[in-house]
Amino acid sequence: MSADANDGLSRRGFLAISAATLGGVMLAPGIRLIEIAGARAPEQAASKQVRWGLLIDTNKCATGCDDCVKACATENGIRDTGHPRTDPQWIRKVELKDMRSGRTHSVPVMCQHCEHPPCVDVCPTGASFKRADGIVLVDRHTCIGCRYCMMACPYKARSIVFQEVTDQNPDVPRGKGCVEGCTLCVHRIDHDRQPACVEACAKAGHNAMTFGNLNDPQSEIAQRVAKYASTQIRADLKLNPGVRYQGL
Amino acid sequence: MAESILYRELAGPSHRYWGLLALLGVPVALGAVAYFYIEHHGHIVTGMDNQIVWGMPHVFAVFLIVAATGALNLALAASVFGKTAYQPLAPLSALVSLALLVGGLAVLMLDLGRSDRMIVAITRLNSQSIFALRVILYDGFMASVGVYLWFLLERRMNRYIKPAAIMAFVWQLLLITGTGLEFGFNIGREVYDSVLYAPMFIAFSSAYGTAVFVLILFAVCGWEVRPVSDGLLRRLKNLLGIFVGASLFFAVLFLSSKYELARSRDVAQFLLVDGGVYTALIWLGQLAIGGVVPLALLLRAQVTRTGVAAACTLVVLGGLAQMYVTLIGGQAYPQILFPGMVESSSFFDGEIHPYTPSVPEVLLGLGGVGLAATIVAVALRALALLPERLDRLAGPQA
Repeated sequence: MSADANDGLSRRGFLAISAATLGGVMLAPGIRLIEIAGARAPEQAASKQVRWGLLIDTNKCATGCDDCVKACATENGIRDTGHPRTDPQWIRKVELKDMRSGRTHSVPVMCQHCEHPPCVDVCPTGASFKRADGIVLVDRHTCIGCRYCMMACPYKARSIVFQEVTDQNPDVPRGKGCVEGCTLCVHRIDHDRQPACVEACAKAGHNAMTFGNLNDPQSEIAQRVAKYASTQIRADLKLNPGVRYQGL
Repeated sequence: MAESILYRELAGPSHRYWGLLALLGVPVALGAVAYFYIEHHGHIVTGMDNQIVWGMPHVFAVFLIVAATGALNLALAASVFGKTAYQPLAPLSALVSLALLVGGLAVLMLDLGRSDRMIVAITRLNSQSIFALRVILYDGFMASVGVYLWFLLERRMNRYIKPAAIMAFVWQLLLITGTGLEFGFNIGREVYDSVLYAPMFIAFSSAYGTAVFVLILFAVCGWEVRPVSDGLLRRLKNLLGIFVGASLFFAVLFLSSKYELARSRDVAQFLLVDGGVYTALIWLGQLAIGGVVPLALLLRAQVTRTGVAAACTLVVLGGLAQMYVTLIGGQAYPQILFPGMVESSSFFDGEIHPYTPSVPEVLLGLGGVGLAATIVAVALRALALLPERLDRLAGPQA
């Protein structure tokens, strides 16, 4: 057998294929992980293409159930100090009764992650800000605790921390004198996980909360918003919240 | 030929003056103690909570800031609008304006949740925020009034007084309008959400600022013998009367507009009828003690220093009542998230929120008042800002 016949693959070609294969083996899991993790790498900024939102089906939300509130408190390290007026509440269950028909609803209310958030407009230092993907947050390093955002928020969705905070969740730094509110569990979203409240609602079997990308026509939330009538709290203010309610 | 006006510093033996400073130092020191106490423990030691987030310190701070803009009116009447009768009062008017602003801003800054980050508030400005805009307006106002005061005192710069005064007038107008609109543009709270806050606050500032100025003027003239002419007294009386009348007009217009519009009738009902302490403070404090009674005193033909001083004191008390209602009452009334529905929650939705001011809060606010008074006392001792006689000034046509 001649040497030429044995050389179907040249040494250079063999090395190139080997390098490509090795590279592929090394990179592919990473690429796959990024894909799983919501299609963006840690160094990649949040995208305007995404608008995170919540759809709350009030017909499925049970009166007396506060699993979402408890899950939020556990996830974000919010402890009950026995002073309800000064304790922060990132999410609360509001019981509603229609004054004319007498019909009742029980709905969770949290930061509505407005497209035009008044808290961001009024913040003197820019600590209140809206991420490109629509999540409204507070930069704890530049919040001066002026509480103007709390005055401006039409949803009463923000709290100020009145005393020292201990036993914090490392993913959710908090501090005395700073204002805070629902982050939509941004630390979970960035790892392709659902907000804690949504997860707890599903775990309890209610499935009243749907989380997803409002801008993606294929997402469940976008399809439901397209199919069913939903409302925004104080829609008259034209703030276009990312949280919508079905059945109100 | 007009007699030349001789300006003189605050006189009197030094032990009397140091006694005055020591007296003024008491609220300043107590305010400082209150600040450190709140800063150390957090706002948990105040009467504020997550429903009433701006408490007594804001009542004092906003009152001082609003009065600061109005206290400049007499100086501007002289330097911008040619009312030369007020010209001798212009330096004191500018000083009182600056002192009140510093006192108010100090309280505002020391009441921050993170007052240790004041430098952040100065170096990072959100250009969209009306609150941040006010920081620029404060600085601009302070600078323009400072320049105006300098031009008044420096003979070589006297010829530039008018342009400097016009600049201060523009900043004054911008600052008080911005302060009013801070409430007026707040769409999330029923008591606010009205552009009437802008003209209403202009009227309030003129009344409160003039009242505070006149009280300080009388205090200085009472400290040593500085005679005040009946003519000047009459002018001050009439001017304050106009400002109090304008304040009453806008207050009634604002409250009736809230009542007239169906969407805000409930909140008007709360303020005017069912609001307990807030209703009492509106009718008794703001409208009666701070409006009708001083107006009646000021409209009398007879002019006495006691009568004018009493009217000024009532205007200040009424102003504090108005600020309490605007700030605390505005937050006490629940935010309506679901119109047409009865709301209740663990976060006190749908309820009137209670508030009891704590001692540290009141002391912090009074500290700001003390600081403003101390600045006036120190500046008057150091600089010749007021004529030694106020009874030989310009004629009736001035």
